[in-house]
Amino acid sequence: MADISNNFVGIKSPNPFWLASAPPTDKAYNVERAFKAGWGGVVWKTLGEEGPPIVNVNGPRYGAIYGADRRLLGLNNIELITDRDLYLNLREIKEVKKKWPDRAVVVSLMVPCEEQAWKTILPLVEETGADGIELNFGCPHGMSERGMGSAVGQVPEYIEMVTRWCKQTTRMPVIVKLTPNISDIRYPARAAKAGGADAVSLINTVSSIISVNLDNFSPEPSIDGKGSHGGFCGPAVKPIALNMVAEIARDSETASLPISGIGGITTWRDAAEFLALGAGNVQVCTAAMTYGFKIIEEMTSGLETWMDAQGHQSLDDIIGRAVPNVTDWQYLNLNYVTKAKIDQDACIKCGRCHIACEDTSHQAITLMVDGARHFEVIEEECVGCNLCVNVCPVENCITMEQLPAGSKDQRTGKKVVKKYANWTEHPNNPSVTAAE
Amino acid sequence: MQGKARRKRMVEGVADGRLSAAELQENFADIHPPLDQHEALVASDRCYFCHDAPCVTACPTAIDIPLFIRQIATGSPMGAAETILDQNILGGMCARVCPTETLCEQACVREVAEGKPVQIGLLQRFATDAAMAKNKQFFQRMPATGKSVGVVGAGPAGLACAHRLAMHGHNVTVYEGRKKPGGLNEFGIAAYKTVDDFAREEVDYVTAIGGINIHYGQALGSKVTLEKLRDDHDAVFLGMGLSGINALGLKGKEPKGVEDAVDFIARLRQASNKGRLPIGRRVVVIGGGMTAVDCAVQAKLLGAEEVTIAYRRGQDQMNASRYEQDLAVGHGVIIREWLQPVKLKTKSGSVSGITLEYTALDRKKLVGTGETITLAADQVFRAIGQTLGDDNGSAVEGSLRLSGGRITTKPDGATSLAGVWAGGDCTSHGDDLTVTAVAQGRDAAEAINTALQG
Repeated sequence: MADISNNFVGIKSPNPFWLASAPPTDKAYNVERAFKAGWGGVVWKTLGEEGPPIVNVNGPRYGAIYGADRRLLGLNNIELITDRDLYLNLREIKEVKKKWPDRAVVVSLMVPCEEQAWKTILPLVEETGADGIELNFGCPHGMSERGMGSAVGQVPEYIEMVTRWCKQTTRMPVIVKLTPNISDIRYPARAAKAGGADAVSLINTVSSIISVNLDNFSPEPSIDGKGSHGGFCGPAVKPIALNMVAEIARDSETASLPISGIGGITTWRDAAEFLALGAGNVQVCTAAMTYGFKIIEEMTSGLETWMDAQGHQSLDDIIGRAVPNVTDWQYLNLNYVTKAKIDQDACIKCGRCHIACEDTSHQAITLMVDGARHFEVIEEECVGCNLCVNVCPVENCITMEQLPAGSKDQRTGKKVVKKYANWTEHPNNPSVTAAE
Repeated sequence: MQGKARRKRMVEGVADGRLSAAELQENFADIHPPLDQHEALVASDRCYFCHDAPCVTACPTAIDIPLFIRQIATGSPMGAAETILDQNILGGMCARVCPTETLCEQACVREVAEGKPVQIGLLQRFATDAAMAKNKQFFQRMPATGKSVGVVGAGPAGLACAHRLAMHGHNVTVYEGRKKPGGLNEFGIAAYKTVDDFAREEVDYVTAIGGINIHYGQALGSKVTLEKLRDDHDAVFLGMGLSGINALGLKGKEPKGVEDAVDFIARLRQASNKGRLPIGRRVVVIGGGMTAVDCAVQAKLLGAEEVTIAYRRGQDQMNASRYEQDLAVGHGVIIREWLQPVKLKTKSGSVSGITLEYTALDRKKLVGTGETITLAADQVFRAIGQTLGDDNGSAVEGSLRLSGGRITTKPDGATSLAGVWAGGDCTSHGDDLTVTAVAQGRDAAEAINTALQG
């Protein structure tokens, strides 16, 4: 059986699945339920500085978008950091860590962007015996208006500065949580590294308005007829997160920086993809909030089963394995030629491939052949774009087939060449001409 | 079962009150209960929104099914209803009675893919019920043309034709032989397919457009003549269906207990108390169409102990769909194939049994094998095809060309006589389906409109 135990910046957990800092990790009761269910660790919901706790709205905090059968695809929230007393949280963290020594307990923090504020709270957290801290530079709503959360995360200099304060003050590993609400994720990641961060975690939620009520024209979730932008998470944000994780993993400046992958992870497969793109472990929230903690059973067993089937012994065998295959567009092989192929036995004749291609693409799929409804790829027109594969409701009915070297591409009339050739050397590239 | 209830159920001969009121209510409840809001969303989400969708091709009225399902999925049942009713003004009834398993749902690509089609019929009902519940009218009359059209029959064909003509601004007079409108929708469909007073409500919904006057008790042949209709109106549409029943073709006088299935079905639909309807303990239905199934299943639901459908050919040739056959079998009806009636047995003036001869195909011709079987029966129903009937038949014979005893029509409903169109079961293109009758009535109305404008 594959070993899925995890060591992330020295923080050990029996599996790489942590619960992200969020409502599921706001108090001992929830966290203990999670540990009983099998979760490897938690990042305790963000603590703020000492004083009267922050308040939340008293109306709805969440909004959602749905797929088929009201399957939750995306969740948006306007909840703030913990609204419980700092010392109550610290007490519970200490108790839980003591009771569950083999699980990771990391504490998320968000205090004002002042050195003293950070230097005051860090010893209090350290005293709990927690395994590490995560700096919440991510939340895009509410706290950001007060100069915290993503307001910090959007300014690389602040990230570096606060990270440095923390590293100077505490023995605990420092994980910097990044916001996706920036133009290029590499800058905040580099800043975190420069400040001495042990790791980054990403993504936090994406700024969003989830929907608008068309009866009263209020954004949802509606608080007395008004709405505020929230943070978007869940399966729908996974592609954004994967890209950002990969960007950091393949950036030469941050290549060695450990990453805790977050963003729409719902199944073992999602987690494996994050690991492959360089995440050292993963954090989950929306899936647990949708289905409860039991999903951890599917996640761990699914990961183990896949690793066993592929002959991977430990997480180190898979972490970062896809990173070398992430490249820039200009280095993609232009001599790799594919054509769509429709399996006529599998085809149910819905016609979606045809209309998608006919209306919006390359007019490369028939509708009728010899008077009968028949969908066939017209090789002379097919550019191999994959849209038909994506819209086909039948798995593996349409496949992309590579043209072997030496065969003729019916569209271009040219012979397929085996040699790798990319845009940087293409005759149509003006830069190539300029260089000559 | 308690002794008394058991005794009532097992009474010999034809008797009423075999089942309790509660049992009857359960037996005749809506066979396909409507989808609720959530079920409709889930069901609609299964539609792939096919291009040039096979379900539309399979629908005799060519309703834009992917569009109306998408409208349901996106929270616009009213838009869906308009899409449906635009093609088929009786879309509410068709949603209930169409044999979708041989039409749209058979063609559904998900039937091909998984043997589980999108529930098109139930989704259509969801949308049309929503519109009718709000009495939302989607169509207005065009400016009055001053033209008048006589429509014979207030059944599916006549109503569809009348509605479309009214839309175009013509005045429509409907001549209906019975005391109530609806035709087969009102009198000829199993009660569990259209519960409550839906058929009547739908007629009111359809005629609410205005410009349609229905005259009752005006059967063609007995009360009105084709000649008079032609004199009184600028155009005539015949949609009177089939009112005659083929005889069993047996020698001698038929004893008591031998009846037409359509009469039995009509009585069931009109009965305010089904407990008063007499039914045999042992029932034999002769025929193989939807009428035979509707009759047999309802005989069983009324409490008959033993119900047999005897069909002269094989099950594959039955006009009733396989789904309908399975429905019958599921209700405990026995389907016996390759049997034709030869003799009725009589006891004190009432039928007591029926002797059937086995049949076989001999060079594609159906022949009796000589071997017979006798089934005990205290009630025998004829469900062996209908004819124009004496009055209707004589009213058109000589004036209109007929084929196979029905009115010959062109694709647009034109008959051999100028100014006279026809549609539905009374025509050679009728196929005993509400939806086909609606399509033909609608299309004839368009042809009539074109002719009247010309």
